[in-house]
Amino acid sequence: MKKLLIIGAGTAGTMMLNKLYKKMSRKEWEFTIVDKDELHYYQPGFLFIPFGVYAPEDVVKPKRNFIPSDVKFIVDEVEMIDGEHNRVKLSNGDVITYDLLIIATGTVPVPEETPGLKDELWYKDIFDFYTFEGSTALFHKLKNWEGGKLVINISESIIKCPVAPLEFAFLADAYFTEKGIRDKVDISYVTPMAGAFTKPKATAMLSNLLKEKGITVIPDFYIERVDNQEKKIISYDAKEVPFDLLVSIPVNMGSEMVENSNMGDEDDLNFIPTDKETLQSKAYDNIFVIGDATNVPTSKAGAVAHFEAEILEENILSYIKGKPLTAKFDGHANCFIETGFGKATLIDFNYDTEPLPGKFPVPFIGPMGLLKVTRVNHYGKLMFKWIYWHMLLTGKTLPVSTHMSMAGKELVN
Amino acid sequence: MAQLEVNTFMIDVNDEGYFTDPSQWTSEIAKELADREGISLTDKHYEVLEFLRAKHHEGVPLSIRKVGKSGIVDIKQFYALFPGGPLKVSSKIAGIPKPVSCV
Repeated sequence: MKKLLIIGAGTAGTMMLNKLYKKMSRKEWEFTIVDKDELHYYQPGFLFIPFGVYAPEDVVKPKRNFIPSDVKFIVDEVEMIDGEHNRVKLSNGDVITYDLLIIATGTVPVPEETPGLKDELWYKDIFDFYTFEGSTALFHKLKNWEGGKLVINISESIIKCPVAPLEFAFLADAYFTEKGIRDKVDISYVTPMAGAFTKPKATAMLSNLLKEKGITVIPDFYIERVDNQEKKIISYDAKEVPFDLLVSIPVNMGSEMVENSNMGDEDDLNFIPTDKETLQSKAYDNIFVIGDATNVPTSKAGAVAHFEAEILEENILSYIKGKPLTAKFDGHANCFIETGFGKATLIDFNYDTEPLPGKFPVPFIGPMGLLKVTRVNHYGKLMFKWIYWHMLLTGKTLPVSTHMSMAGKELVN
Repeated sequence: MAQLEVNTFMIDVNDEGYFTDPSQWTSEIAKELADREGISLTDKHYEVLEFLRAKHHEGVPLSIRKVGKSGIVDIKQFYALFPGGPLKVSSKIAGIPKPVSCV
């Protein structure tokens, strides 16, 4: 029996497992998946928890529910990968060998990277919302908060779900408006990037939206540290922004296992050098990488992992037959952006094409507006939770094209 | 495509002033471009510029953090050498395209 090992049973790892389980011969291959956590979190739901839209229990299910019963599921942390000898070491000391390895260990916020961030004000006046603990703690904080300076700060330019901080700003504006205290809350959006977003057309549209909602953007602010006494964030070039409530998006890093295995890239962010088209690791032919764990130049998001999974399935099936890897990932990313008050916008892009306005065709549901704020987009976003649990994780093919399509997009200048 | 005249050389640039052909770069041109930004180049500046050019040539995406891990300067020193937006300013002087974020 040959051995397929998947490290990480999050969105990407679970999807790959279920896709390959259906396609690879189980007489020839033994399947094992390892994860340090028994619970699967619907991460897009974390955004809604602080505002009471989702309750904590809405976003969590046991991982085992999504893993076929005859697949070996090991709950433990991988300490390191020994790519030369095709084996991994677990933290309990066990060693597992593999013929084919898929790394899907994702990325996590690491507040410890920024001095003063995880300090005396942590979960008192400073919160993250990309974790279950953070979003839940922030829900309790917001419930009783009477207003002041709300600062949303992004620590580093490579972060998971890069639109979520914007969505947080829009939802906060709506939340405080509905609570009747919007005039007592000063919202600023402090980012290391040159604007609200990176690509010109989406930035123009989103900047207007921020302006309309009275949210101040402070660009080119690269945080160095947090001053807990004076309650301000300080940039490397000594700019200061005071806060009463800081919602931080900490530095995002790949798994520590990547560092232990000496497999990361030179940013020291523990993202794994990966071929951006085939998703094969650059270091070893029998190691493939998917989702947030890679260093491929596109967004770190579940939708991206989904499009990657379609490509990787094809390439792995070719690889085990000794055929060339012909499926090519184009960097396709697609996401709804909640804009508050029951509306949302939608962007669709890839390595070469920036988000463009127009219509995004979806079978049965009808076209959704790209770079337009609509109610239908908001329902699309909410419906996605059902799709995630019932179709995405179980490896079903969704009715959207894997490669980005130009259909419906407007080529404006 | 726009062109920029530097010391009688004509450089191809985009509408934000970034080189579209990094091979047109020389250290004299860098000096002139830096002067226009109000920066007088030292050896340390040149080390950073060479690092950026080498990474660009290898096709490695650049970030402030990466320069901070280069062993040449830390992030604070990088800001001190190229005030404002250090990566944007230094990339322009290094004759490479404007660094793009992935998202």
